[in-house]
Amino acid sequence: MPLIDLANPSRFLALASRVLPWLTAATLLAFAFGISQAYLAPDDYQQGATVKIMFLHVPAAWLGMLAWGVMSVAALGTLVWRHPLADVAAKAAAPIGAAFTLMCLVTGSLWGRPMWGTYWVWDARLTSVLVLFLMYLGVIALWRTVDDPARAARVVAVLTLVGAINIPIIKFSVEWWNTLHQPASVLRLGGSTIHPTILVPLIVMVVAFTLLFLTLHLAAMRNEILRRRVRTMQMLQADARA
Amino acid sequence: MTGTLTAVTALFIRDARIAIRIGGGAMIGVLFFLTVVTLVPFAIGPDLALLRRIGPAILWLGALLANLLALDRLITMDQEDGSLDLILMARVPLELAVATKAVAHWLTTGLPLVLAAPLLGLLLNLDPQATGAVALTLLAGTPALTFIGLIGAALTVALRRGGLLLAVLVLPLTIPVLIFGVAASNAAIVGPVPFAAPFGVLCALSLMSLVVGPFAAAVALRQGLE
Amino acid sequence: MTMALGPQDLGPHAAFIVLSYAAAIAIVAVLVAWIVLDRRHLTRELGELESQGMTRRSERTGDDKT
Repeated sequence: MPLIDLANPSRFLALASRVLPWLTAATLLAFAFGISQAYLAPDDYQQGATVKIMFLHVPAAWLGMLAWGVMSVAALGTLVWRHPLADVAAKAAAPIGAAFTLMCLVTGSLWGRPMWGTYWVWDARLTSVLVLFLMYLGVIALWRTVDDPARAARVVAVLTLVGAINIPIIKFSVEWWNTLHQPASVLRLGGSTIHPTILVPLIVMVVAFTLLFLTLHLAAMRNEILRRRVRTMQMLQADARA
Repeated sequence: MTGTLTAVTALFIRDARIAIRIGGGAMIGVLFFLTVVTLVPFAIGPDLALLRRIGPAILWLGALLANLLALDRLITMDQEDGSLDLILMARVPLELAVATKAVAHWLTTGLPLVLAAPLLGLLLNLDPQATGAVALTLLAGTPALTFIGLIGAALTVALRRGGLLLAVLVLPLTIPVLIFGVAASNAAIVGPVPFAAPFGVLCALSLMSLVVGPFAAAVALRQGLE
Repeated sequence: MTMALGPQDLGPHAAFIVLSYAAAIAIVAVLVAWIVLDRRHLTRELGELESQGMTRRSERTGDDKT
């Protein structure tokens, strides 16, 4: 089946329904392996057992970035190629990206308390993740405010791409700003040379989380297609009755 | 080519006149700026030393918010009276048209904020050197604020209650400008960091927004109003 | 490295570690719940609309262009 057939929403739905059970199973397996690895991982010489929070925090950050990347590619699909599934992919990704960005913030905060003594630190990374979270909320708000789904998709696409340009700028400027006010103690998150006994669980968890994202995203896309069908039919119904 | 130039000039003059005449755009922005700067000591306390230390930051925040509030006069006003359709249909490239509007907007809304800053600096106990530094950074940074705001205004043009959403969309994008604006101000006053570094980045951000802003706004307008 | 399979000593900050994992699970659970409940709601609505005689254009014309 050529890739172009995927552009057809019905075929996509059928494919998604076939693939999802396997993806779900793979995700669960990966997490089973990942969590056990995380559980068994030795304590970090500096941070003790709290390094285990990293196995949540880093994958969450990665997914927060990945989701915006998916939204950006979808945005190009919407604006440049008018690919019908691009709109769906973009809308489905936003809440998922926001949720994992929130997870990154929460786990970061809970990691920060024992490490730095406070729940919130204006660390460069935490701060730029906070801004990313705000931008996700802005995108979600924009999706909901524009009525027509096709028009919403196009407007959100512009915002997504502008955001994609801006995120590296924000990260750079926040890091720069942070180094201006660097606290006296040196912050070392895991150190530059990560021992394999910690690196392996981390990689497994990143893989597991990525599979989770794919599963959730695919399922959300499926819902979005159904939602559009419902909307179309409701509008036809309103027309028929009028 | 002369046709385009005439059209652009006409658009510029029109926007500038409206902003000045209605008494809305230019003066209200400065008034809001003054209000915000006045409110801060009520919240923080009259400690002059503290105010002087955070003075540049307060001025920058005030300018940022004042600029934000003025943004709905940029595009939504035209959409309401129908002139946006004329602009979209004109032979002048849309990017050029919105850029012209943004320039007019900055001259009538942003520049007054820059000029008001030294006076407000007095309220915050800033010395002349500090005030000069803040004014200079505002001069370099307010174009970025206007042109980034242009993007948000274009995105929310079709929404009737788009005001707060506009703020939510624009503010994260203006964070780098705020960071480098305040950093440059502080560098001139106190800093171990030389003034040139953050000021250079600030100018770079403005120049970039002069290009990205109109293009992104034009795309947003076309997509949003189809 | 000892492979301890019993309850591990999570150190003095055990509460934070447990909380983090609990928060992560909660967030994922909310996402999954949203997706699952949404799907149920949508398939139910689709069923209702179809039973009311609304057919999708493609089912009538035979091609598929939702």
